[in-house]
Amino acid sequence: MTLDEITQKILKQIDEKGFEQSGAFNLRHNGTSLCHGDSEHIKIKKKEDKPGIDVYIDGDTKGEQVHIPVVVDASGMTDVVYNDFYIAKGADVTIIAGCGIHNSGCNESRHDGIHSFHVSDGANVRYEEKHYGEGEGTGARVLNPVTNIYMEENAVFTLDTAQIKGVDSTERETNISIGKGSKLYVVEKLMTHGDQMAVSNMEVQLNGEGSSAQIISRSVAKGCSKQVFHPKAVGNAGCHAHVQCDSIIMGHAQVSSIPEINAKHLDAAIIHEAAIGRINDEQLIKLRTMGMTEEEAESVIIDNFLN
Amino acid sequence: MLDVKNLTFKVNENGIERSIVKNISFQVDDGEMLVITGPNGGGKSSLAKVLMGIEEADSGQIILDGEDISSYDINQRANAGIGFAFQQPPRFKGMTVIRLLSLAAGRELTKPECCRMLSAVGLCANEYITREVDATLSGGEMKRLEIATVLAKTHKLCIFDEPEAGIDLWSFSMLVQQFEAIHEKKEQSLILISHQERIIQMADRIMVIEDGRINQIGAAKDVLPGLMNTADSLACLKRNTSVEN
Repeated sequence: MTLDEITQKILKQIDEKGFEQSGAFNLRHNGTSLCHGDSEHIKIKKKEDKPGIDVYIDGDTKGEQVHIPVVVDASGMTDVVYNDFYIAKGADVTIIAGCGIHNSGCNESRHDGIHSFHVSDGANVRYEEKHYGEGEGTGARVLNPVTNIYMEENAVFTLDTAQIKGVDSTERETNISIGKGSKLYVVEKLMTHGDQMAVSNMEVQLNGEGSSAQIISRSVAKGCSKQVFHPKAVGNAGCHAHVQCDSIIMGHAQVSSIPEINAKHLDAAIIHEAAIGRINDEQLIKLRTMGMTEEEAESVIIDNFLN
Repeated sequence: MLDVKNLTFKVNENGIERSIVKNISFQVDDGEMLVITGPNGGGKSSLAKVLMGIEEADSGQIILDGEDISSYDINQRANAGIGFAFQQPPRFKGMTVIRLLSLAAGRELTKPECCRMLSAVGLCANEYITREVDATLSGGEMKRLEIATVLAKTHKLCIFDEPEAGIDLWSFSMLVQQFEAIHEKKEQSLILISHQERIIQMADRIMVIEDGRINQIGAAKDVLPGLMNTADSLACLKRNTSVEN
């Protein structure tokens, strides 16, 4: 299928690995599935009862990618989608999602993606999700993702989310339960500017003995934007968790970091670190001694911080 | 190459003006190594920062290769050919060692190139390439990386502010060899601020700064004996030869 120019442009922004209409894929465009394909080990089925897809990843999947991007370019549209992923025992898969909104009108365009991952024993899942907004219209670009992850035993889940730019408002809800011996890695990157607003609530329940979680959140707030982070880690068994939230604040932006760590077991070891601050003058000066202007140095610091 | 004329730098502390660098004039020739030494708080680091444009001189002139750079800001001076290694380098969260060195070199470095630069300052190359330049690196590792960022590019003039501080003895020997090699090539002029006897002994000329003024300046063979024999200076040297952090 030939994709229009706007769709192609947005796909380049939200799918760095490169979206292709081959293997397992599903492209959702303005609330409908535009095209989709299965592979030998990954089957995608349309839900019967509500909008969305069920993705079945079998245990013989080894190092395969699934691409499920969403593009909204109809101004005034609200798209709600429910996607469920069933990852079988021992599978090794990378799921590349992401949503881009192009709003050239004056009405709000919104996408709410509710994703649930059912991760079986020993599976290894990498989930990448990029959010991006553009368009010359005055209508808001809103993205409210919900991510639910249920990990059985000895599984590994890497959640890599990034909000690149252009999203006016986002409220992210992430709920994760971790079984025995399973490991969770979360990297959340966020940049807001103008009058944008971003809220991220995350609750991680470490339920199994020997489970672990490493959560790194890095954000940059520019202009008059506002960010609120509320990561919560609950240790219900002998477990390890490390939550690290770092934010760079610029202009008249506001950032709130509200950590919560909760141990309900004697052998639960949970650490939280949070830091909010402006760009360090010494960093700027060091890069300027390499020949960069202050603006170039600032850009390099932000790019690498969010890398 | 570098001609510094009547340089003065003052600070304002609680409404009281204090001179840190007092009407200093000196030259550095092409390929020359000038070591600046003297008691702590004498104005050596401030002078270095004024030369790089990090601090703004109140008066005086700085001429590099015939070009008056007195009004240049930091990046303009860097692009004019001055490299600067900080006494206490900053850390960069999210930036890898290879990225920082590539920025310093002004081009994308290959892994082998990056390895060679790290080895030259006593870092175990491969192990460090993808490390983040953050709090996981020790003070000594940061210091060696800082020196590598300046050595990553050929400058007309390199300024090193106490390069020995925080470096273990083994790495220090490698560093001395690096300075000797640069000095032998005569491609870059060097200003080293140091209290370390081995570094002072490498100098073509030594400049002693005390209380913001040049107390002595001359060929190493002329200045060094007096420096070592002066009880106060010797005490100062001994105090500071130990590896600091």
